[in-house]
Amino acid sequence: MTMAPDTTAFIGQPHRRQNALRHLAGRGRFTTDLVLPRMVHAAFVRSPVARGQILAVDVEQASQAPGVICVLTAADLNPLCMPWVGTLDHFARMASPPQNILAETHVVWAGQPVVMVIASSRAQAEDACELVVVEIEDQEPVVDGAAALALGADTASPGLASNLCYETVLETADVDAAFAKAACVVDGEFSFGRHTAVTLEPRAVVADFDPSTGQLTVHQGTQTPYQFQDVYARHFGLNEGQVRVIAADVGGSFGMKLHVYHEEMATVAASKLLGRPVRFVADRLESFLSDIHARDHKVRARMAVDANGIITAMEVDDLTQIGAFSAYPRTSAAEGNQVIRLMGGPYRMQDYRGRLSVVFQNKVQTSQYRAVGHPIACAVTEVLVDGVAEALGQDPLDLRVRNVVPDDAYPHTSATGYQFEKLSHQACLARLRQMMGYETLRAEQALLRKTGIYRGIGIAPFIEITNPGAAFYGVGGARISAQDGAIVKLTPSGDVQCMISVTEQGQGTETIIAQIVGEQLGVSPERVKVITGDTDTTPVGGATWACRGAGIGGETALRAGRKLRDQILAIAAAVLQSEVVDLRLADASVIDAHTGAVRLSLAEIGRIATYRPDTLPSGTDNSLTAAQHYAPSGFPFAFTNGVQASHVEVDVETGLVKLLKHWVVEDCGRIINPLLVDEQIRGGVVQGLGAALFEECLYDEEGQLTNGSLAEYLVPMACEMPDIVIGHVETPTLDTILGAKGVGEAGTAAAGAAAMNAVNDALLPFKARLMQTPMTPARILAALGHV
Amino acid sequence: MEQDLTKEITVTVNGETVRQRVEPRLSLADWLRDRLGLTATHLGCEMGACGACLVMLNGRPAHACLTLAVQVDGEMVETLEGLRDRGVIADLQAAFHERNALQCGFCTSGMLATAHALLVDNPHPDRSEIRDALSGNYCRCTGYEAIVDAIASTAAARTIDQGTSG
Repeated sequence: MTMAPDTTAFIGQPHRRQNALRHLAGRGRFTTDLVLPRMVHAAFVRSPVARGQILAVDVEQASQAPGVICVLTAADLNPLCMPWVGTLDHFARMASPPQNILAETHVVWAGQPVVMVIASSRAQAEDACELVVVEIEDQEPVVDGAAALALGADTASPGLASNLCYETVLETADVDAAFAKAACVVDGEFSFGRHTAVTLEPRAVVADFDPSTGQLTVHQGTQTPYQFQDVYARHFGLNEGQVRVIAADVGGSFGMKLHVYHEEMATVAASKLLGRPVRFVADRLESFLSDIHARDHKVRARMAVDANGIITAMEVDDLTQIGAFSAYPRTSAAEGNQVIRLMGGPYRMQDYRGRLSVVFQNKVQTSQYRAVGHPIACAVTEVLVDGVAEALGQDPLDLRVRNVVPDDAYPHTSATGYQFEKLSHQACLARLRQMMGYETLRAEQALLRKTGIYRGIGIAPFIEITNPGAAFYGVGGARISAQDGAIVKLTPSGDVQCMISVTEQGQGTETIIAQIVGEQLGVSPERVKVITGDTDTTPVGGATWACRGAGIGGETALRAGRKLRDQILAIAAAVLQSEVVDLRLADASVIDAHTGAVRLSLAEIGRIATYRPDTLPSGTDNSLTAAQHYAPSGFPFAFTNGVQASHVEVDVETGLVKLLKHWVVEDCGRIINPLLVDEQIRGGVVQGLGAALFEECLYDEEGQLTNGSLAEYLVPMACEMPDIVIGHVETPTLDTILGAKGVGEAGTAAAGAAAMNAVNDALLPFKARLMQTPMTPARILAALGHV
Repeated sequence: MEQDLTKEITVTVNGETVRQRVEPRLSLADWLRDRLGLTATHLGCEMGACGACLVMLNGRPAHACLTLAVQVDGEMVETLEGLRDRGVIADLQAAFHERNALQCGFCTSGMLATAHALLVDNPHPDRSEIRDALSGNYCRCTGYEAIVDAIASTAAARTIDQGTSG
């Protein structure tokens, strides 16, 4: 007898997403689609100035407008809510002013909500907003971070001692000596513009407080339902059990939808006050004015190399400008903290000094967005590495091959203190060289240059933080779960359900969980229904952020599946009068572990355990539900690594950059679904390229956002984006059974750095070098000295 | 007493005749979503930039956010729900599923509308023509390549089908 192929290996297969079928049929269930009985609509009157004192608010006329239910001010709403403060204990001496729902005495950014109007329709609420009179005495806004730190500077918010939110220094003992004896030092001054998530579905919330039972149900487009359950319970004085948060389909999130916003808190407060459902959906201008912005770093950096071209040290000073307060509950210091720790990550570099200053200003809050800190650290490091290559007359790819931590040198601890279990930089670089035909491209580049065509090749190795434990937030006192939970059950008909705390925003979370659970139980993923995004039906857990869905959520599902598998096998052994070790699950059945013969279908197990438990031997546990929680242990993070390359052509007359092609070699450990992994990488790359070339929230000197629409804020379009070639190296983490690490942020981490190096490589004959994002045509022409 | 400015419109929506009184300022998108429950039509920018609200108006893609409901009086409107029910984009939907040409799904209705119209106008588009055609459709999740692939493979399959049947 020949062995049949293993039909139960689902991990590693390109399973298609069941939930995609709903979207393709127009049956998405977005929060923006939700209509509840007696639901009313919210709109906000926002501060027109970046900094000022509120003198008077007159809502009289607005209250009389057609359809208006009520007009609410700080005096109505703020007493319902305990203020929130965006600091964490492990960021020593961090300061941030307390926040409450509506501005009471001062406004601190242009767009801050001052008055909330509730009406029968959003249009009527907006009409009434026009009738509210808010009198504000303008004050000079704090817009520039460096100026904000000057002695005696005005503070962005009242009650602050200074505009410094947080500062820290990280250094090795010998960093100064390393620079003193360097054969070559390159330096740079970088500026990374503000950009924002632009999720296609804006932020949306429907809060539904039922005064008869005291139950609050919040339907919200978010990545983190449990975090919001905790926030709403604590800040509105409810028991946790009285708060249910439901995140149905979410139209993009990318980190933006896991922060606390004034409008969501206002919507909950208004529902508590009115005892009926209140809906708030941001329009696109409101999104630009109130969604978190990302980045906004000014970095001075230098890199030392020895006579052999080996990188010995880096020194970095990062000034990050975060808006008028630190975001809650994750803070606005986490990104800078990561920037200074990720510097030089792929390299053997031994010495380092990183300084971080986190500074307040009168703009929208910045906070965590896809690939937190990574694009900054990667771009600074890799632009300097290219600078070294140029200074030494060496090939940039060869220089990197010589400098990365060798694949056989793990475990390794970086100069900044990060611990790496096992990475594969050398393998990835070798793979990239072959995939992109590096030597051929270089030869072509040289030929084309002679004809006045300026192409550039940019290389950017990277590391990425995934599978974080409690070190990120929990140790700092934030009530953000580092663990996840899953409940797996076998139905009476032999189908499987998995309720799990990780969430889906289209990346395929539910699909990979179905694959993992299905593999443990020998059930095809199509018959595993995965339920996410509801605090009443799933176990508590951290959900989806920082690339933890696959690595931590997946491991949770695996362990839950194995627990249920053991329960099923115990029942089967009792029924069959057999030993558990002689049985196995496959093809939706219990089979003989040795011969593969089918002994009993899972449907039969379900039937007996559910309808005829009386026929089981006395003492048999008939449970067909298993619950399991899992928190990462071992290394503090499961670092991934990879390398990206960008090939561009720069028109030196117009400054336009054409992206010709992009390559990524990525090592995310064990690949659960190659189709979904590749699409996470592609989507991430394009977000990275957007920030590098197009996206920027522009402010004038009065602190006014000047491009708050999708006509003026440039999002990458299909016609501008290159095809992206992806290769893989697989180094599973040994910290888990599953071996998976995260992948969602890898694309964003290094795409911008690769593009910046490619543009600068194209401009090499002109001795022009850009260190500012986005690399707009105007900035390229300026670097070329044309304007 | 407020003046009644509403106007009665009669519109063929997904093959069904709908008669309603609407305010002159009501957009087609809000009418479809809020009054008819056709929530496949999404709103991403409300200024005709992102393409999430594209519907077929008399067989051509139109921004439902820039069109007023009163403007479509007497016209034919088809949303993704209608295209799906008629079966005319079944192969496109299957190709999007197979290639994972969507993530969060919010742009998908508009993408399918654009793709449907493109393949009617130009049954054999090359990749750059597909990318150009998608320039009015923003997608934040996929990076576009999978969408381009799905449309290209649908075009290729339709060509083969026509070749064998013709």
